Amino acid sequence: MQNALQLAWLVPFFPLLGFLITGLFRRQLSKTMIAIVGNAVVFASLLVSVWIFVQVKDGNSYVAEYFNFISAGSLKIPFALQIDALSSLFLLIVTGVSFIIHFYSVFYMKEESREHYGRFFSYMNLFVFSMLLLVMGANFVIMFIGWEGVGLCSYLLIGYWFKNKEYNKAADKAFIMNRIGDLGFLIAMFWILSKTGSFDFAVVFSKASALSTTDVTIITLLLFIGATGKSAQIPLYTWLPDAMAGPTPVSALIHAATMVTAGVYMIARSNVLYSLAPLSQYIIAIVGLATAILAATVALKQNDIKKVLAYSTVSQLGYMFLGLGVGAYSAGVFHVMTHAFFKALLFLAAGSVIHAMSGEQDIRKMGGLRGKLKTTYFTFLVGCIAISGIPPFSGFFSKDAILLSTYEHNKILYVIAIFGTLLTAFYMFRLLFLTFNGNFRGTDEQHHHLHESKAGITLPLIVLAILSFVGGFADIPEIFGKGGNRLTEFLAPVIPLSHGASVSHSTEMMLMFIPAVLVLLVIVYAWYRFKNYRPSEEKGLGKILENKWYVDEFYDKIFVKPLYQLGSFLNKTFERSVVDGLVNGVGKLVNYGSRQIRLLQSGQIGSYILLMVLSMLFVFIIQFFLRK
Amino acid sequence: MPINYYIFLSLTLFTIGIVGILIRRNAIIVFMCIEIMLNAVNLLLVAFSKMHHLQGAAAMPTAGTDGQIFVFFIMVVAAAEVTVGLAIIVMMFRNIHSIDINFLNRLKH
Amino acid sequence: MGVTQILFWILSVLAVFSALMVVASKNPVYSVLWLILIFFAISGLYLLLNAQFLAIVNIIVYAGAIMVLFLFVIMLMNLNRDNEPQKNKWMKFAGIVSGGCLLLVLVAALKNAETKSAVAEMGTGNIGLIENLGKALFNDYVIPFEISSVLFLSAMVGAVVLGKKEASQNSSSGES
Repeated sequence: MQNALQLAWLVPFFPLLGFLITGLFRRQLSKTMIAIVGNAVVFASLLVSVWIFVQVKDGNSYVAEYFNFISAGSLKIPFALQIDALSSLFLLIVTGVSFIIHFYSVFYMKEESREHYGRFFSYMNLFVFSMLLLVMGANFVIMFIGWEGVGLCSYLLIGYWFKNKEYNKAADKAFIMNRIGDLGFLIAMFWILSKTGSFDFAVVFSKASALSTTDVTIITLLLFIGATGKSAQIPLYTWLPDAMAGPTPVSALIHAATMVTAGVYMIARSNVLYSLAPLSQYIIAIVGLATAILAATVALKQNDIKKVLAYSTVSQLGYMFLGLGVGAYSAGVFHVMTHAFFKALLFLAAGSVIHAMSGEQDIRKMGGLRGKLKTTYFTFLVGCIAISGIPPFSGFFSKDAILLSTYEHNKILYVIAIFGTLLTAFYMFRLLFLTFNGNFRGTDEQHHHLHESKAGITLPLIVLAILSFVGGFADIPEIFGKGGNRLTEFLAPVIPLSHGASVSHSTEMMLMFIPAVLVLLVIVYAWYRFKNYRPSEEKGLGKILENKWYVDEFYDKIFVKPLYQLGSFLNKTFERSVVDGLVNGVGKLVNYGSRQIRLLQSGQIGSYILLMVLSMLFVFIIQFFLRK
Repeated sequence: MPINYYIFLSLTLFTIGIVGILIRRNAIIVFMCIEIMLNAVNLLLVAFSKMHHLQGAAAMPTAGTDGQIFVFFIMVVAAAEVTVGLAIIVMMFRNIHSIDINFLNRLKH
Repeated sequence: MGVTQILFWILSVLAVFSALMVVASKNPVYSVLWLILIFFAISGLYLLLNAQFLAIVNIIVYAGAIMVLFLFVIMLMNLNRDNEPQKNKWMKFAGIVSGGCLLLVLVAALKNAETKSAVAEMGTGNIGLIENLGKALFNDYVIPFEISSVLFLSAMVGAVVLGKKEASQNSSSGES
């Protein structure tokens, strides 16, 4: 039955509709209506996505061309949507997690005024729409539209509280960093076009093997630059922690369901190209791992609850890229899925904590919240366990899949990656213990105000906690019995199966449990360390980590300051003398010229006739002598 | 007579008329120069009407009549124009007591 | 060179010389008189081209009616003095030069026109006779002819209106 697939356009259409309704009528509709519309459209596309997923599971795939988007000469770019295993899985993740976040936002944002409430939901819907377009596009151009769309929406949402200058700066930063990556993507697209003559995924991938290695390597590296912008990898990752300026649901949306997974999706989609470019894969693996370690070290010393989560996202994304880099595309996608669950959970739980703390985000001023926020605590704990990779929670399986592939690929990378997972466990449990254990360190007023959030907020947490728990079973390794690796098999039409595990089962078992035991040890150490936490000034390495390796300052010095100086130079010197001079000069010249020419209008008929005769002369000369 | 002679004669008269307009300030003289130009054109029209007449006469005896009719109408219009033009000059003289066209610089304002 | 050719040359030179004198004369009355001479010369040329009707009309309308009108106005306004303010010398020079250039350009352009072999027949043909022109005028051109009478009427009315605008000491209507 192809019906569901023919209705694929409904998936992005619903959020677009929601965007239009909530955006255009935000002054007219009541907040309840806005909330209903905003949620209903996402829920509708979730339903359609589920339906599509069921169809795809039966082995269907579908490419629908709706109209010619660009038609120039021999170049035809149709507006086409593609449904296959990879995109349908992403549809599920995006719409599912987005719906939960939307639902959560209804309660989280309820104190906003009606107009801003509508604005918030319209941006959120647009965000989901862009992401769906990105995922469903059947060629690079449609993907790029979505790609730019999420960039725009992230800008809008990070700067949602636009009255705060810092937030606006964070929004600018996110946008500009993304633009740098987008440029890479764009150049890659042009390169692809010039080499294959098409933007269509099917055409490009079928022609990929005919390309020279140099071309493929350059294309894949450029695409990867695009991915580093969107998915916050070195060197373009600094925008993501700053993106915490937006409301918490926005952070959850950006980190879990949409934006940052775009890069992973794009590379997984282009796996055909990457498989042909070992050098690019190698670079991706290195960059991914470096990002993972760097972000993990920074997360160790952050004191803002959302910042810690942000750096953990960067770190986890690093793992995803590591997975992609070692050729385990399905493992990377799997990690995207599990990460979507537990990172959304962690962010929403953090939102609940911030709510309870009356907007306080500094974990040094929290502590002992366990008693008051029971549901939040337990769900947060689930999230922490999942991200740390303790069996049988979801993070364990996905991370294990990546680590296993890394082990097959390169032992050194594997050891470093294990070190990274230990760091992950450490900073996540540091966060957990500082927030929920020990004594309360905030003001009395805050203490008095502490309360568990309403059901509207805790319900999504519980749902996500369950998903974080069971999500891993989608792709449990074969060694746990038959019927494993389902996700990998599901994705097989898009992502060819890798050449089978080359490690024996006993090794695999060992590789699985040694990290798990180490992680447990780290958690115990963290508990011991932060049981009775007292805020103290950081010194030495700690201070460097607290300041995020001074990367922001470094970028500031190397790129931002010189650009500002260039800007002010251009403004003061070039603009004033050259541009203004040119513009004013033209004005003055015209002014002067017209003042002189004005004298011609003497009002004396004689002079007019003289001019007339001269013009006649002129015309005759042209007509008779110069025409030939 | 070759038609070229008529053309050059006509052009000469026409140009003299233009030069007269350019260099004289007396409105009546200017007017007369216009009449010279009109007559130059008339002369040319009549000359053209008699061109090729013999070849065409067999097929169409009245060929060239149109040209002369045109001349007639030009005279008619010229007469009407002179009537009005002179009336304007008279009025102008009555107002500014001069017929110097350089006083007519109201176009400037 | 037959008589007609000689007459053509004489009349041509007369016309050009008279035209120059019209422009050059200081006294408007002399200009008018030279202008009348031009009309006569041109009428003579019409006669040479066997266009008797136009020759007669030219003399009657132009030399007769229009020129009388000119003279009448000049006399009326007492303009027959040669105290006309002269134009700027440079302006005059520029006018003459540009006019000369125009003539030069036109002659140069038309010199090589494909009219070399064409001839204006003199003294033959009867299209210029009153009979033929009258037939053409009252058959093919009767409507323009009638409209031209309306034009005259409106010109007359216009002249009267213009002339009577202020206290009517001068009136210049009732011509042709």
